[in-house]
Amino acid sequence: MIDGVIALYIFMLAAFTGYEVISRVPVILHTPLMSGSNFVHGIVLVGAMVALAAADSTPLRVIGVIGVILGAGNAVGGYVVTERMLKMFVSAGRKKGP
Amino acid sequence: MPSVVSVQTLTQLSYLVAAALFILGLKRMSSPVTAVSGVRWAGVGMLLATLATLAFMGASTFNLELVIGAIAIGGILAWVSGKRVAMTDMPQMIALYNGMGGGAAAAIAGVELYGGNEHSITHLVIATIGGFIGSVSFSGSLIAFAKLQGLITKSVRFGGQKFLNLAILLVTIALGFMVVSGMDFGLPAVSLFFVFALLLGVAMTLPIGGADMPVVISLYNALTGLAVGFEGFVLDNAAMIIAGTVVGAAGTLLTQLMAKAMNRSLGNVLFSNFGESSAAGGAGVTGSQKAIEASDAGVMMAYSQKIIIVPGYGLAVAQAQHKVWGLAQLLIDHGVMVRFAIHPVAGRMPGHMNVLLAEAGVPYDLISDLDEINAEFETADVALIIGANDVVNPDARANKASPIFGMPILNADKAKNVIVIKRGQGQGFSGIDNALFVLDQTRMLYGDAQAAVSQLIQAVKAAG
Repeated sequence: MIDGVIALYIFMLAAFTGYEVISRVPVILHTPLMSGSNFVHGIVLVGAMVALAAADSTPLRVIGVIGVILGAGNAVGGYVVTERMLKMFVSAGRKKGP
Repeated sequence: MPSVVSVQTLTQLSYLVAAALFILGLKRMSSPVTAVSGVRWAGVGMLLATLATLAFMGASTFNLELVIGAIAIGGILAWVSGKRVAMTDMPQMIALYNGMGGGAAAAIAGVELYGGNEHSITHLVIATIGGFIGSVSFSGSLIAFAKLQGLITKSVRFGGQKFLNLAILLVTIALGFMVVSGMDFGLPAVSLFFVFALLLGVAMTLPIGGADMPVVISLYNALTGLAVGFEGFVLDNAAMIIAGTVVGAAGTLLTQLMAKAMNRSLGNVLFSNFGESSAAGGAGVTGSQKAIEASDAGVMMAYSQKIIIVPGYGLAVAQAQHKVWGLAQLLIDHGVMVRFAIHPVAGRMPGHMNVLLAEAGVPYDLISDLDEINAEFETADVALIIGANDVVNPDARANKASPIFGMPILNADKAKNVIVIKRGQGQGFSGIDNALFVLDQTRMLYGDAQAAVSQLIQAVKAAG
């Protein structure tokens, strides 16, 4: 479905998007944002699920299971820590007022 | 109806929505006001994509129980650890979760390469590159985690290290070519390829000092994103391509911003010039540290007009941020003007110290960054350094031989008095001597930050 030049277009547009989205970030948000982008690549879970689903031998299943465990860890862990950090930021911001 | 909108189309559409939510979520995360909603939007996208994939698999796979079981194991472990981890340990947890993502990408490559599925040469090459990057990110992130967690305390450096790393890289690339060319499509080449890629991540990360770890973690974060994007191409999965590439680009930019905050180039961080020059620069500091009692320090502070507090990682280690805020409030009640000065790389990562102070409830208008506060040190009666070291080392301005020469620092040495709370006389995290500690106006208050600040609170109360 996705092939050759089309894939290159997706790569290019996504790369510019990533760059633009982050380009004006205050330093105070660097850590949460790194954590947030870390969460977003947790989408690898979906790929690991597909790979495991197609695995048709025991060694492949073992690798696939490891992949899904790791992917789920990335997605869930990334979400939990990012949300925890950002929650604190908002409350601090609200307390202060300009 | 079912023939018009197939399950596959629905899955693809949900991926599209997920990708849009990721981008919007990241955009919202770059401003403090909208940040929480940002991560939630991205979370909804992730949930949607995962459920759609499960639905798509439905009855078509024999491994559904395995998939669900593995998600449960990984998810629950990460949920519990993520909820429990202290804010102080956040950087290494990010490294750990990031490494898991890289490992997952490598595992996908493993399934594709071992499985010997019908692939075009393009797919094989992309799967191999993604597997390579994912493996490096996986093992490298685990080493970064182990170092920040204190499981590995020494930075391993030896002569010819760069050549060894280069050799490992070349061997990995050669094995990658063998895998791709189909010269040896069997297990040995693929297995060796992964072993060497993992080895490279370890060898690359071991020599890098703890102070540089944030930049490295950020780099691995970008690399994992790239690996995910590549494996997404192999699996024909647009959500993975878009999310992975967006993170790859955003992560690269973040890495550059962090390196810039430390006034270092990325190459300089990676190829461990830091360690090599520190041996030469270490001998530059002469003079002795002068100790002070907490009671004397408390009196000095209680009768000051303006105090600038410089918190560093030692403060976070001792979990003293609440106590410090207590001390600051007490001083403010005494009519002292109190400010917090945050170096861009205070803590373990840019922004980490802001997280910790926010946790303790310190209002934002008392916190200033380097550019705002540096001119004010000259008018400060006391600069109170708590567990910070390199970020206040005047050698960075003056001593060309110092490994941190050129790094922007907080000019705490310009204050009339400097009080440094430090656990002992030794060198800091980075292993560099600090010229600030031996200045005439500097007094050392030895002890754990938590205990020392408690003593200061008592002393200020007694003085007032």
